[in-house]
Amino acid sequence: MISFSCRLARERFVLDANFSIPGGCVALFGASGSGKTTIAKLIAGLERPDRGHIAIDGRVLVDTAAAIDVPVHKRRVGLVFQDGQLLPHLSVRQNLAYGRYFAPKDEPSVPPEAVIDLLGVGHLLDARPATLSGGERQRVAIGRALFAAPRVLVMDEPLASLDAERKLEILPFIERLRDELALPIVYVSHAVEEVARLATVVVRLSDGRVIAEGPPAEVFASALPGGGSDQLEAVSFLTGKYLRGIAEFGMTILSHPAGEITLPGRYGSGNAAVRIAVQASDVTLAIEKPHGLSVRTVLKGHVRTIAAGDGPSALATVELLGGDRISAYLTRLAIADLGLSEGREVYALVKSVSIDPRAVALLGSRPAQPGR
Amino acid sequence: MWAITPEELVAIKLSLRVATVAMLASLPVGVFVAYLLSRGRFRGKFILDGLVYMPLVLPPVVTGYALLLLFGRRGPLGAFFEQTFGIVFSFRWTGAALAAAVMGFPLMVRAIRLAMDAIDRRSEEAAATLGASPIWVFLTVTLPLSLPGIIAGAMLCFAKALGEFGATITFVSNIPGETQTIPAAIYTYTQTPGGDAGALRLSIIAVALAFGALIASEVLSRRAGQRRAGFE
Repeated sequence: MISFSCRLARERFVLDANFSIPGGCVALFGASGSGKTTIAKLIAGLERPDRGHIAIDGRVLVDTAAAIDVPVHKRRVGLVFQDGQLLPHLSVRQNLAYGRYFAPKDEPSVPPEAVIDLLGVGHLLDARPATLSGGERQRVAIGRALFAAPRVLVMDEPLASLDAERKLEILPFIERLRDELALPIVYVSHAVEEVARLATVVVRLSDGRVIAEGPPAEVFASALPGGGSDQLEAVSFLTGKYLRGIAEFGMTILSHPAGEITLPGRYGSGNAAVRIAVQASDVTLAIEKPHGLSVRTVLKGHVRTIAAGDGPSALATVELLGGDRISAYLTRLAIADLGLSEGREVYALVKSVSIDPRAVALLGSRPAQPGR
Repeated sequence: MWAITPEELVAIKLSLRVATVAMLASLPVGVFVAYLLSRGRFRGKFILDGLVYMPLVLPPVVTGYALLLLFGRRGPLGAFFEQTFGIVFSFRWTGAALAAAVMGFPLMVRAIRLAMDAIDRRSEEAAATLGASPIWVFLTVTLPLSLPGIIAGAMLCFAKALGEFGATITFVSNIPGETQTIPAAIYTYTQTPGGDAGALRLSIIAVALAFGALIASEVLSRRAGQRRAGFE
């Protein structure tokens, strides 16, 4: 349980945000300057609110009304910085040990071997931070934060400084932290794909205010074309079951009540549930089942809502067979030409190559689904 | 011509002792003041800043005279130190060390402060989020990361202390075997008929010592810097 309510005024920036989250992984999502990092710093104690209240699992960290302000080193908030911030004069082993040294000895913590194993940093222990790659540094930073036995893990754009390949390398680790260690995570990001994959709850921020809060499927589904200041594009979440892989072409086919979903890459096996995220501008609507197209994924459903955005574009939401919803950006002209209206039967077309591998999540045995 | 006389040897040994004591005694204070100036946010910081750098721009004679007034036997601080710790400064080698320390202090503080300013504050923040209290952050992050600057500052102070003349001679005079350091001895030679050879000998030694201190500072701080960068 994370409850946050703070106001802080700085020159040319005012943060005034409230949210209360049951646990799991909370994503703070927004453009740069929206206040995400400030919130992370407020939780960690590196910033002080003008007035406010922050509590983690009932433990009050800040309460300006009661003059409570727990100092940074007593907060037990594991902060993972954008670029790791390993201590440059210490080896990886010493960096990891640094966190454990100050952790309360009687507190149950994650066994060190498990962390080292989980993050795959065992072979790096004697290296100096300067010799590590960005991905390695970030994994060590996560490990170091875990060694300190934190009550909550706050990750401030932990993948922003990494290339696409490294991001794919680290995302599964964070998923495992969330699922295996059951540690509350506050994940700061402006990458929809990462948030889509990790978050159980998204808090969308703009200009220091919370503009939406809820499961990713809800927060991301309704963004109108043109977006806000964070250029958020509507994202839909579809959950299918592994059907078969096509090894020859490196593809995976998922079964879905509305049709088969084809995605590049190899995911899952057996009967595993796989969740994908699709951006609204990658979705095409057709009023009859198309032939002779390269698009592999054709999903049947009915138009649920059509919302006009700024200018010539609109957001159409289609309820697919089976209940998932998919959003599509269309021009108002196309809507008029096709005669699209609510209730109309349509086919949603998704180009396989547009499905970002970062946002593909294997749901495995975990019943809770961010997509609901 | 090149043989060093016993009197000169006494001056050299005294100089090394004065400079070493000046450096070691001012080091903790220097680190503390540098930390205050680099990290502190308090009223009157600019006054502390000015006070620290004052000896750099004041005529050394004025600094020496100020020391005489403050730390002389009848000076307020001089009396305090004599009664409390039994330390007498006036006309003693300890006074020479004090004068040298005061003159070397700005150089030391400046080098350490620059090193502390250059530390990424987020390293300290990271340590704090891991549970390190401010004292521990200072000891385990700030101090080791500013080590190259601390070494450089200490060596600069040492070199400056070796060469200090104006404040020393004003404060503790020029007593052979007690307060006559190398520069004072050179000065005495130049005032004595036939003292040219002695002045030259001591000058060469002064140059060698100062140069040696600078080289040592460079080597030590580079080694400390490399360890940090991981090229061990």
